[in-house]
Amino acid sequence: MVTVQNITKQYGKTEALKNVSFSTGVGEIFGIIGPDGAGKTTLFRILTTLLLPDSGTAIVNGLDVVKDYKQIRNNVGYMPGRFSLYQDLTVEENLNFFAAVFNTTVKENYYLIKGIYKQIEPFKKRKAGALSGGMKQKLALSCALVHKPEVLFLDEPTTGVDPVSRKEFWEMLKDLKKQGITILVSTPYMDEAALCDHIALIQLGRIMSINTPQQIVAEYRNKLYATKSESNYRLLKQLKLRSDVASCYISGEYLHVVFKNNTAPFIENVEIHNIQPTIEDCFIQLMGVNNVDR
Amino acid sequence: MVLKYLIEKEFKQIRRNSFLPRLILIFPCLIMLVAPWIVNLEVKDIGLNVIDHDHSTYSGKLIQKIGSSGYFRITDLSGSYAEAMQSIQSNESDIILEIKLGFESDLLKEGSTQVLIAANAVNGTKGGLGSNYLAQIINEYSTEIRENFQPLPNTAIPVIDVVPQNRFNPHLDYKVFIVPAQMVLLLTILCGFLPALNIVGEKETGTIEQINVTPVVKFTFIIAKLIPYWIIGFVVLSLCFVIAALVYGIVPTGSLLTVYLFAGLFVLSYSGIGLVVSNYSGTMQQAMFVMFFFTIILILMSGMFTPVNNMPQWAQIVTIFNPLKYFIQVMHLVYLKGSGVWALCSQFIALLGFAVFFNTWAILSYRKKA
Repeated sequence: MVTVQNITKQYGKTEALKNVSFSTGVGEIFGIIGPDGAGKTTLFRILTTLLLPDSGTAIVNGLDVVKDYKQIRNNVGYMPGRFSLYQDLTVEENLNFFAAVFNTTVKENYYLIKGIYKQIEPFKKRKAGALSGGMKQKLALSCALVHKPEVLFLDEPTTGVDPVSRKEFWEMLKDLKKQGITILVSTPYMDEAALCDHIALIQLGRIMSINTPQQIVAEYRNKLYATKSESNYRLLKQLKLRSDVASCYISGEYLHVVFKNNTAPFIENVEIHNIQPTIEDCFIQLMGVNNVDR
Repeated sequence: MVLKYLIEKEFKQIRRNSFLPRLILIFPCLIMLVAPWIVNLEVKDIGLNVIDHDHSTYSGKLIQKIGSSGYFRITDLSGSYAEAMQSIQSNESDIILEIKLGFESDLLKEGSTQVLIAANAVNGTKGGLGSNYLAQIINEYSTEIRENFQPLPNTAIPVIDVVPQNRFNPHLDYKVFIVPAQMVLLLTILCGFLPALNIVGEKETGTIEQINVTPVVKFTFIIAKLIPYWIIGFVVLSLCFVIAALVYGIVPTGSLLTVYLFAGLFVLSYSGIGLVVSNYSGTMQQAMFVMFFFTIILILMSGMFTPVNNMPQWAQIVTIFNPLKYFIQVMHLVYLKGSGVWALCSQFIALLGFAVFFNTWAILSYRKKA
């Protein structure tokens, strides 16, 4: 559905994207996971024909993003990271307007947005600028869907949204997937990665790994231990000084540690046990490997 | 038709703006009803301080004559020059006229005498024109005296009597000159500034990004931005015609259609400038400042306040590239002189040139990036 080959983009001397390649299947949720400044937005802007790549090709829905940009605009939906609807128009007017510019009507594709739009319909006479953050996201998603796109690009849709709305939002994405829409979603939240069918881990403009979330976790090469003591900060300093510790970082109320010989030594007054790695642990490991490579 | 929806959206946004509709209404009223009374370069009511050391019949007559001319207001009769200077310092008077002791006797015995005129030139126009008027009145007075004293029969004194006739504005009413020019100012702001700022505004809020991924072509988008302001501009212009006719009794001697034709051409070229500016600026602040920068210079060099012919040679060359100049010329010529389209051929070509130039530049400078 979306095929990206060796896309490179530079802003002056800063390399925003470096030889990025991946491809997605039809009707799947593909997650681009990476921290701020990894190049997620640049990638989305290239794929939505807003930006020209310096080199490389990208095919969206069988169409080249440079040559066939006009056709692409007809059948993709894009939700930018920043709320980009008209704040001085009402909910209803925004939706009608975006339907009109795509030469369609809300009625025609209502079945597609019904599940989402119903939640904000009670506020349809309210100006978009006066909506809450979560409702704004729902409206933006409705507007991006109103012309029945085949590919949906969501740039950090859940950034700045409360945990409950985030959960709801991912439920909506699952429903859309059932309708056969391919969804590319970027997020800095590692916990959301597990909800995608495939994920690409991106860091500093390079893709570190592409796989299913399960496979990425399965490929974790070391044994991971969680540890905790009365003062995690002191423990962290203590662990970092040990010669048998490969890496050690804070994760919630625990410290995650990898030992060089993959066995945990006994440390007094410290709780330590083996755990399953998460995507975040994989990301940190890959980041370490990449740093060594460079 | 997508264009229709886009224009509809623009009007909705303008109407919903808490500030813009009021501006669009109040601004023309202010410009048409208040500005013509303020912007006035006529020099009247000049404060004159007279120091009469002579206190004779002749000096008395002279002062009377000056007082009845209508240009001067005799503020004070001072005893000394220093005293008179003080009234200039305190801004009570603008010009000092000092009549020396022996004014009458010199005049009668020697046939000539002198007076002193000292003008405050902080306001150059007032000082310069005022002392000119004063000198003229004194000259007239001296001619009168000469006629009285040498009533040589059969010998007419050869005098060239100049009777000026002010064509097209017989009473030299400054309002007749400034009102048509004010309308140009209005169109400049409404049709040049507002659409440009509006486009940059969409850039700033990021909404242009959402529009750019729709099939809406850039050209349609821009046209949809311009049309509402063109409509508003023309409605306001028509309103100005009505105000000018009702309040000032100023109606164009020429055809209104000619004015509309040139207004259309001017609006096209000036919104072109606005588009160029909007393409190069990323924020409203930038766009606003750049537009102001150019517009103020263009207004000052348009001949609205100072005639282009009075400017130094290099400045006159610069005004060749000023679209405002041509449109103000058209307004004056049509309103006062009643010129038709054929007489305004050069202005037509100039404005058309600007329209083509700036709009081509606007299209070329627009890049695909948002």
